[in-house]
Amino acid sequence: MAAQPEELAALVKDGALLALPPDYSLVAMEIVRALIRRKARNLRLLGVPILGMSADLLIGAGCVAEVETSAVSLGEAGLAPRFTEAVEKNLLKVRDATCPAIHAGLQASEKGVPYMPLAGIGGSDLVKERKDWKVQGDVVLVPAIRPDIALFHARWADEAGNVWVGRRRELATVAHAARRNYVTYEEKKPGDMLEDELLAPGVISSIYVTATAHAPRGAWPLGMPGLYGIDDLHVSQYAKAAKTREGFQRYLDEWVLTPRKNSSPA
Amino acid sequence: MGPYAKEELLACVIARLLPGARHAAIGASSPIPASGCFLRKNLDPAFRVSLQQRRAANPFTEGSRELFDLAGQGRIDTFFLGGAQIDGEGAINLVRADGKRFPGSFGSAYMYGVVPRTILFREEHSRRTLVPRVEFVSAKGDPAALLTGKALFSWQKDKRRFRLETTHEKEDIRELTGFDFDAPSEIPLTPPPTAKELDLLRGPVASAIAADYPDFAKRVWGIN
Repeated sequence: MAAQPEELAALVKDGALLALPPDYSLVAMEIVRALIRRKARNLRLLGVPILGMSADLLIGAGCVAEVETSAVSLGEAGLAPRFTEAVEKNLLKVRDATCPAIHAGLQASEKGVPYMPLAGIGGSDLVKERKDWKVQGDVVLVPAIRPDIALFHARWADEAGNVWVGRRRELATVAHAARRNYVTYEEKKPGDMLEDELLAPGVISSIYVTATAHAPRGAWPLGMPGLYGIDDLHVSQYAKAAKTREGFQRYLDEWVLTPRKNSSPA
Repeated sequence: MGPYAKEELLACVIARLLPGARHAAIGASSPIPASGCFLRKNLDPAFRVSLQQRRAANPFTEGSRELFDLAGQGRIDTFFLGGAQIDGEGAINLVRADGKRFPGSFGSAYMYGVVPRTILFREEHSRRTLVPRVEFVSAKGDPAALLTGKALFSWQKDKRRFRLETTHEKEDIRELTGFDFDAPSEIPLTPPPTAKELDLLRGPVASAIAADYPDFAKRVWGIN
């Protein structure tokens, strides 16, 4: 079960529909960097429900053919520069969505039904653009979204193959919906977290977990609540560097492609 | 009363739009609406403010989906939306304009439709941002108000048209605005922050939002 992040990255095949969480929700950045090192190609990213630095890195490194998401943004650090340039130069296909539609599509897969109804979005041009969304009276029917792989980072894994994500339950929804889940974790716990009443509600059970890898500080420069916060300075330095292709390449050389320099200084 | 930052004035205007509100949710990258809501909360402790992207003690335990489920049930009555473009019919565009790509629609398409008090907020007030017709409708609905860095507009639901209420400085707002709107013959100035509002903003409000908007808190209030 336990592997290295590089080994999990090798399991993500070119062309896969890969679900990723937003920057605030436990991103497996160590695997994202490993995907860039292994020169993954033609990935189709799904934002659950939005994307940030992880997607911008993969897009800039040429790993991505298509994105379905409700937004790509670096939050307070501003626009995601590689995403923005790729779309403006017509190098990246975007299937624009809205957050609750992505949640609804994943919930449909979770329940094994073909679609979920969603109210309130009828006035949006998204509905005109998304031919796969069907208007039916006051609701829009969003088809089930079934990612090939969901990738995320957990606080703990245990000996029974469970992982703990706490309150980030959108990760549970996407884990239930995805065919396979690859999860990195901060620390290994002995035993079975499902036997602990306090931990069990934050657990995604081993039914869904395909493989795990130990990656301490594996979300860096993004955060793991309760353990380390988002490295805002680093993210804003990335946002500045990635404004140009050359700056982005320098960032990759320094923080992604060079072994041993690709993790937090602290 | 001494000098104040533009952000502080805008937060005060937002707080003054909120009497009667019970529960505001704050989406991505909205430090000024968040400040306005926390200012209101200091005047009305029963007012609930939920920051969707709160880093510690996040209010949602079912993930980001819970925000939209709450809104769908009517348990959130106040929300804020911006836009790369906002038009005279209250539609917003967060996707693309003039060959430029923006982040995307986020939850706007849904929240605008289901939340009763949606306040449109965009600091930049120009013909670039306030346009006759948006190029892409991310979302449309009936806003409670439109606040910019220069003016406050109310929304006339029957006419589907904005009405200029106040300006933050003496300026020709029609000249700066790409869409047509109604206006009174004498346009009042936006009342400045009171001493009490400034005390609250610089004290409890600043510390409440510094953890989630560190750059903003540093820039406006010098909090590190």
